[in-house]
Amino acid sequence: MWRIFAGAFVLTLAASAHAEENVTLKLGDGRETAESYCGACHSLDYLPENAFLNRQAWESEVAKMIKAFGAPIDPAEAKIIIDYLSVNYGSGN
Amino acid sequence: MISRRAAMAGGALTIAGVTPLARFARGAGQPWLASGLPEGVFSTAKLEALAGKKPLIKLTDRPPNYETPLSDFTSEFTANDSFFVRYHLAGLPEEIDAERWKLKVGGDGVERPLELSLSDLRSNFESATIAAVCQCSGNRRGFSEPHVAGVQWGLGAVGNALWKGVRLKDVLGQAHVRPETVEIVVNGADGPVLEGTPDFIKSVPIDKALDENTLIAYEMNGEPLPHYNGFPLRLIVPGWTATYWMKHLDSVEASTKPFGGFWMKSAYRIPAGKFPIVRHFLSQMTAVNEPITEMVVNSMITAPQEGHTLRTAQTAEIRGLAWDGGYGIRSVDISTDGGATWREAELGKDLGRFAFRSFRFAFTPARPGKYQVVAKATNVAGQTQVDRLIFNPAGYHNNVMRPLAIDVL
Repeated sequence: MWRIFAGAFVLTLAASAHAEENVTLKLGDGRETAESYCGACHSLDYLPENAFLNRQAWESEVAKMIKAFGAPIDPAEAKIIIDYLSVNYGSGN
Repeated sequence: MISRRAAMAGGALTIAGVTPLARFARGAGQPWLASGLPEGVFSTAKLEALAGKKPLIKLTDRPPNYETPLSDFTSEFTANDSFFVRYHLAGLPEEIDAERWKLKVGGDGVERPLELSLSDLRSNFESATIAAVCQCSGNRRGFSEPHVAGVQWGLGAVGNALWKGVRLKDVLGQAHVRPETVEIVVNGADGPVLEGTPDFIKSVPIDKALDENTLIAYEMNGEPLPHYNGFPLRLIVPGWTATYWMKHLDSVEASTKPFGGFWMKSAYRIPAGKFPIVRHFLSQMTAVNEPITEMVVNSMITAPQEGHTLRTAQTAEIRGLAWDGGYGIRSVDISTDGGATWREAELGKDLGRFAFRSFRFAFTPARPGKYQVVAKATNVAGQTQVDRLIFNPAGYHNNVMRPLAIDVL
């Protein structure tokens, strides 16, 4: 009942804005991609709250979203997201 | 698949059917947060009220993850409007019509599948009541060293309530559960946003399901369950972490095989052999890990709060709450010198082995200075809190003693 199918999802995603988000992600390359894909299933506050993760840990988080949670993110987009998170929300070590 | 254009439009997310209930701006503000949490929490966490709730510490908005402020732990029972909120997936039921609610009881392990309304549960089964602590497996994850990914819970993903409902074993009895049943699989009305995301479904071993303390609750502290704590029905699994306490319960299935879903096989698992666990989930164990089961013994000092100032030669009361996985609290010791010396606190009313046990200790500092106040709970099984984290990748079972810095003037 609460499940949203991909077709309807794309339409609402394109049509609406992040009105309910109370976290604004840092400016940087890939921000829009991260906002859209991460924000599709969960609020963006998860990102700054986990900003201690290093690149490898962000890689495995993104991989988990794709493999375990079925996020429809292709490899090129995944790389954009990982780059953005590592640079802007990464611990750098 | 989300198109690149859609992605670049950068929009989300008011999807019909998953829009969270309206929230009030009432009480929006900066919460008090314990030291040791990741830096990001201090800039993003807000005090905010969900419908029917007081302002709680909002860690994440969607799905809603809100913890109880330490200052709200004023008695052994946690108020319904203060009780923490935890969801995995953002497909929340918006409005629930209790009159039309059905609990389906089935699976290959029952001979007589049932469909029960709330009034069936209230009229056809004996009611049972139990005081029990509900604690998120990841309570205190935010204090993990090093930090680990996930919701960065502080101290407040725990609460104690008086739960009233019917015994799961009575419901299973009416459905004629076969002796080959190994697990009871439970599901609730919340679900994922995407089709490909595994629904939050859990199982409990048959012996725990048949325990007389395992309930299907319709009341919490004398009121219907709050929406965000699982209205209209919630599974109550005393002693075990809240991952098993399925909210918005609408399906109970007896299974003759171990349940293979993501939330059992991959999530909520702890490394094998690291924790002093008595009751394991035998049908779900592997050589390397096993499902989290019973809570480890723990405590929190609720007063005074961190950074509080006391006065020399004046008596202050150190108060707090202790709990464990259902063996019962035997003692709580207090140190005011960072753990060098200990004295026993006075325990409060015994509300049962699954409930919060309050403690108090009169502290009269003789000299001004900085004091480190620590509480250490010990349970009837002889287990005690640890002084160093038993590290695990998901940050579970954090029962590290927490020194509280107090200034005495």
